[in-house]
Amino acid sequence: MSLIAILGTLETGLIFGLVALGVFLSFRVLQFPDLTVDGSFPLGAAVSATLIVAGVDPYVSTLAACIAGAGAGLITAWLNVRLNILHLLASILTMIALYSVNLRIMGRPNIALLGENTVFLPLESLPIPTYVALPLVLLVVVILAKIALDMFLGSQIGLAMRASGANARMARAQGINTGFYVLMGMALSNALVAFAGALFAQSQGAADVTMGVGVIVVGLAAVIGGEAVILPRTVFLATIGCIAGSLLYRFAVAMALNADFIGLKAQDLNLITAVLVAAAMVLPTVRAPVKRALSKDRRILARLRMKS
Amino acid sequence: MIELRDIRVTFGRGTPMETKAIRGITLTIPEGEFVTLIGSNGAGKTTLLNILSGEAMPDSGKVLIDGIDVTAWPTHRRSELVARVFQDPMAGSCANLTIAENLALAAARGRRRGLSAAVTKELRGLIQARLARLELGLESRLADPMELLSGGQRQAVSLLMATFNPMKILLLDEHTAALDPKIAAFVIELTRDIVEEQGLTTLMVTHSMRQALDVGRRTVMLHEGQVVLDVSGEERSGLSVEDLIHMFARVRGEELDDDTLLLG
Repeated sequence: MSLIAILGTLETGLIFGLVALGVFLSFRVLQFPDLTVDGSFPLGAAVSATLIVAGVDPYVSTLAACIAGAGAGLITAWLNVRLNILHLLASILTMIALYSVNLRIMGRPNIALLGENTVFLPLESLPIPTYVALPLVLLVVVILAKIALDMFLGSQIGLAMRASGANARMARAQGINTGFYVLMGMALSNALVAFAGALFAQSQGAADVTMGVGVIVVGLAAVIGGEAVILPRTVFLATIGCIAGSLLYRFAVAMALNADFIGLKAQDLNLITAVLVAAAMVLPTVRAPVKRALSKDRRILARLRMKS
Repeated sequence: MIELRDIRVTFGRGTPMETKAIRGITLTIPEGEFVTLIGSNGAGKTTLLNILSGEAMPDSGKVLIDGIDVTAWPTHRRSELVARVFQDPMAGSCANLTIAENLALAAARGRRRGLSAAVTKELRGLIQARLARLELGLESRLADPMELLSGGQRQAVSLLMATFNPMKILLLDEHTAALDPKIAAFVIELTRDIVEEQGLTTLMVTHSMRQALDVGRRTVMLHEGQVVLDVSGEERSGLSVEDLIHMFARVRGEELDDDTLLLG
């Protein structure tokens, strides 16, 4: 891989780190399997791109994208909490609806952002090349998001949210209005995803209505992969895992596509993703017996040593 | 004080599975009284606790706590007044949260939850002091996740969580049934101490006749959703476990053929 390719992979990996943090919030903290992500990611892109092209300040546009994402999350949560629609189905309904909404917002299937005033425009006047500056800036953004999420989940509200997902009956008995916290968590999760969508559109130079396809699988791959490499014993470790998982996923995909001898092409991307997710899901169960066997060996060794 | 006025609950109304879980229960429990609640399976004990905690709504009737009509209040709103310990030791706390975090959840009950850190240094000191009375050594394991604790330890912590903040009514749903006898005795002792100390109005469901007579000051027996026995004072102290079992058999209109109730 060339340096530019590595930095490009880093860039996408970091942006999808934000998606992974959002997916972590819904799937792991709230235990709400949320597929809205496939719609809220392009929603963030569509809102920010449309506003930027209309001449709105890029920071305001990106903020608007986050708010739109939060709205999408709220709708899914509302369908589930208030109308009692199964969580998975509720999220699929919102995701499908968002496809039309995104087309309406943009007025056409895609919007080019090349040469427009994006949040990354100031980077072009820096003395270092943009392809170096961009991943650095994104690294700072992702780390800030991670720290903010850690602090939030350690607060009284965050703790109540974690309890709502982990043991709703107990949470209610402790005075927690679980429905409210599901709404809040889902809004936050999809705001993060829409934020990632907005940054992705602005760094790639275009927003496209189809760019959301499979985002949930990539986000989940990052979360599960992260858990496989870093045991999520605390929130701090779990969120590091999300970012690490996202980077690992991107590099694994880049390697697979670059290794000519395997003969994989760009169109095999979704197949590779599915295989990687399956592998990451199986890995912890494979690891457990190996660990058990190792500790057994160690016990036997210790016993032998005691005898001698 | 708890007042239940002609509570009626029907499950699956209008379906072939329709069951009348509670058929007109009126019960007054004065402030600070410790009541044990017995009855066979399906008698309506757990449903009655659910009505009191807000997890279930009655079809008709009223629930009053200290004279306030709370019938329509959802669980989280009632939690300031009502605390509950479940039968399942795993149900009363969050397995993946730490001991300190679980107790911090209980410490915020009845208060506005904000964005400040949940586990502060001050709260940690308070939690340690409360845990120390359990004499289980948990005060030095605040950062351990709850799932590392045994069932008995978790139930003791659940009891501590339920009574962490001041409240009015303690509901105990066979909270020692899943524990081994030694730990069960410890949890019962702890329950007695805390109830006495805080002067709580307590309703304890139990399957053990022995426990029903030994613990508390009043015993209520339910059968098919109605109160069939309500004893306290001298009448109660004169009762033996055998008397209770005979009464049990009489209301069921059959002889008890298993000895689980005797042994419990």
